[in-house]
Amino acid sequence: MPPVLDCEGVSAAYDSTLVLRDVDLTVEDGEIVGVMGKNGAGKSTLMKTIIGLLEPASGVVRYEGTDLAGTTADERANAGIGYIPQGRDVFPDLTVEENLLVGEGVNRDRERDLYDAVYDYFPILDERRTQKAGTMSGGQQQMLAIGRALVGNPDLLLLDEHSEGVQPSIVEEISENLRELNAELGTTVLFVEQNLGAIQDMADRCYAMERGRIVDEVGPEELQDEDAIASYLAV
Amino acid sequence: MNALNLLFQFADNFAFVVLAAVGLAVIFGMMGVINLGHGEFIMIGAYGTTLSANAGAPLPVAMAIGVLVTAVMGLILERTIIHRLYDRLFDSMVATWALGLILTQGMRILFGNSIPQVSTPLGNIAYGEFSYSTYRVLLLPVALLVLGGLYVLFTRTEFGIRARATIQDPDTARALGVDTDRMYTATFVIGSALAGLTGALYAPTLTVVPGMGSSFLVEAFVAVVVGGPSVLLGTTLSGGLLGTIDAVFTNLFGTFYGQIAMLLTAIVVIRVLSDGLTGLVETVRNRVEGE
Repeated sequence: MPPVLDCEGVSAAYDSTLVLRDVDLTVEDGEIVGVMGKNGAGKSTLMKTIIGLLEPASGVVRYEGTDLAGTTADERANAGIGYIPQGRDVFPDLTVEENLLVGEGVNRDRERDLYDAVYDYFPILDERRTQKAGTMSGGQQQMLAIGRALVGNPDLLLLDEHSEGVQPSIVEEISENLRELNAELGTTVLFVEQNLGAIQDMADRCYAMERGRIVDEVGPEELQDEDAIASYLAV
Repeated sequence: MNALNLLFQFADNFAFVVLAAVGLAVIFGMMGVINLGHGEFIMIGAYGTTLSANAGAPLPVAMAIGVLVTAVMGLILERTIIHRLYDRLFDSMVATWALGLILTQGMRILFGNSIPQVSTPLGNIAYGEFSYSTYRVLLLPVALLVLGGLYVLFTRTEFGIRARATIQDPDTARALGVDTDRMYTATFVIGSALAGLTGALYAPTLTVVPGMGSSFLVEAFVAVVVGGPSVLLGTTLSGGLLGTIDAVFTNLFGTFYGQIAMLLTAIVVIRVLSDGLTGLVETVRNRVEGE
C-alpha cells in the first residue's frame, strides 16, 4: 500500500521568494506525524501546498499514490483530505451547524457522515449548533474548524497550528481528542506546530523544519527529550 | 393628497425599487462585481417576454422565456468574460458597461427602435376619482415573494450556505471541497435571471425599447448603495425608505421631484452612513447585544 501522503523534492514560493526548499516527507496510513519549526519556517506554506491553495514551484505531492499535480484544492478535499487552516478561519457569519455543513464537501466517497462523532468529541458544538461561529471563543472556534474538517470522515487530516491563540488546557483537550479519533477512526494526521507540549502529546514521529527545509526527523523516544527538540522551536 | 393614493404609490415604488435592484444586489453582494450592464440585462428580459408574446405565447410563458433567455445570456457572459474580472473592480465596471452598450445597440440593429408592445393585463381597480392598474398593484406581493424566495435560498439551502461560505472566505471554502468557481457562476446566473424577471414583469407596463435599461439604473444603484453590504435586508430597507420618499415627493410635487429626492437621500445616506442602512442596523444590534 502506498503512503497516504508523500512529498518529494517539493519547493514552493510566494511571488519569487522560495519558502519551501526541496521538502521530502512521508506519512503512512494511521500515523500522526508532526512538523515542528519556528515562526516563518514554512510550515503553513507546506500545508497550503499539500491542500492545493498554493502551486509548488517544483517537486511532487502524492496522495494515496496519486500525483496531485494539476488538481485544485476543492478536488483534493473531495478526494478525502480534511484541512484545518491556521487561525481557525471558521466562517464567522455562519452558524456552527452551517459551518459543519460546508465541511461535507470533504471526502465525497465516504460511507457515512461523522456528525455523531464530532458532537461526541466536541460537545460544545452540539450545545452551540445555532450560534454564529464568529461569536465563539478561540478554543471553541478551533474545535469547530476541526469538526468541520472531520464530518466528511477524511482519510488525511491536515492541521495547521491548533495551539495558536488557544489557552493551554484547551490545547491539551484538543490534542487528546485528536489522538482518540486517530485510534478509533484510523484517521491519518499531519500537523505543523511550534508548541512543545502539543508536539509531545500528539506526534508518533516528527520532522523538524528550518528556513523551508526539513533538517531532521525525530522518533518517539527522542521526542520526549525536551532538550533534543527545543532547539528547533522558538525559545 | 390622499392616504390611499399615497399607499398605492408607495407599494408601486417599493416593488419597482426592489425588483430593479435585486439582481444587481445579489451579484454585487455575493461577488463584489458591479454590473453596469444591469439595466440592459433587464431590457433583454423585457425583449424576450415581448417578442415571445408577440409570437403567440401566453403572457406567463412569455415571461418565463424572458427570464430563461437572460439567465442563459448571463451564463455565457460569465463563462467567457466576467469570470476573468473577479477582484478587478474597475475593469469589471468598464467591461460590463461596454456589454450594456453592445446589448443596447445590438437590439437596435436586430429589432429596430421599437417593437409591437404587449398591453397590461388584468384591467384596473377604480375607486372614486382614482384608478390603478391591478397588474401593477400585484407587483408588490411579487416583489415580496422574490425577497422571501432569496432569503430561503441563501439561508435554508445547502447551495445558499456554501455560497455564503464562499463570500466570507473563498480559500477556506475551496479547501473544504466547495467548487468556488461554480458558486460564482451560479450566483451570476441567479443575478441575471432576477434582472430578466424584472424585465419580464415590467414588459407589459413600460415601453419596451433598446434604451429602456437606463430607467431602472438610478433606482437600482441608489437602492444598492443605500442598502449597504447585506444584500437582502439592504434591498428591503432601501425599497422601504426610497419607496416612501419617492411616494411623498411625487405626490406633493410630481415625478421629477420624486427622483431628485431619491438622489438627495442617496447622497445623505452615503455621507452619514458609509455602510448604508444595513451598517446602521448592525451597529444598533451590536450596541443592544453589548448591554
